[in-house]
Amino acid sequence: MAGLMNRTSSVVKAWYSKLLGRAEDPSVTLDYSYERQREMLQNVKRGVADVVTAKKRLELQTTKLEGEVVKLESQARAALAAGREDLARAALERKALAQQQMQGLDEQAAALERQQQQLVESERRLSTKVEAFRSQKEVIKAQYSAAEASARIGEAASGIGEEMADTGLAIERARDKTEQMQARAGAIEELTAAGTLEDFSAPGGSQLDRELAQISASSQVDDELAKLKGEVGSGEKQKELEG
Amino acid sequence: MIVRLMGEGQYRVDDSLQEQLNGLDDQALAALEASNEIELDQRLDEMFELVRSNGEKLADDDLSASDAVIPPSDMTLEETRELMSQEGFIPDLPAE
Repeated sequence: MAGLMNRTSSVVKAWYSKLLGRAEDPSVTLDYSYERQREMLQNVKRGVADVVTAKKRLELQTTKLEGEVVKLESQARAALAAGREDLARAALERKALAQQQMQGLDEQAAALERQQQQLVESERRLSTKVEAFRSQKEVIKAQYSAAEASARIGEAASGIGEEMADTGLAIERARDKTEQMQARAGAIEELTAAGTLEDFSAPGGSQLDRELAQISASSQVDDELAKLKGEVGSGEKQKELEG
Repeated sequence: MIVRLMGEGQYRVDDSLQEQLNGLDDQALAALEASNEIELDQRLDEMFELVRSNGEKLADDDLSASDAVIPPSDMTLEETRELMSQEGFIPDLPAE
């Protein structure tokens, strides 16, 4: 086995030779190659859009989990205040699970961000090269004999073929990352659906959920009652002072 | 000679760099065969750095072909193996 550089060079070369093909008529080769380049550009644009969509889904999930953590924390507090340590523990366990999931999402988001930057860079390089190829193609067609044109086309096609292979690899890797992320997002959504992370106060929850919701509701009532008492109390004091 | 750093672009480097690059390349290959991903990534990073710091970046509209292509270091062992395999890791363009 030759070194990694040689292997990679031959893989790249074999890939674009197959992709670009070679026709008898140089101008046909040029036009065909240009067509494939445009397709690759469309492909990389789609790749960027897919990554952006995946990132949005991640952000939504992160926001949802953040809300979950805050809610579970306050529910644990309320449960403890009501002397229900068992419920507080259950809520904190769910909170830890939600936090674990959030950390995983952060890592995925960072990976997607890198993929996006790399794809955008690839797109920029490739589109500049495609433009250079387009103008060179017209020059070759107009000024050279078939034999000369063939050599020049070979050169230009190798240069751009490499860039296309590089872009193709970047697209494939971004796609893999996006798929991994989607599988993970799906798993989290399943967890939520199974009630492992679900909102305790949502209707139709488990006995535990209902008890926690009850505590949270009754402590809210207590809080408001205390607040009202304070207001009414100070109002009465005010009256006494005025009177 | 012209070297492509995959995912980054092409550089023109002095031919005298070839020996050093080949040395690192041999070590990278040995690491791949030994399934030592940390070692492989380090050697590839060193190759990238060697080319970056000694080379001159080619303009984006340059259509020159490269004399050597260095694979990226942030791939898994599996991905690198796939890239090196006969089938290749780079997919065909989807049929329109």
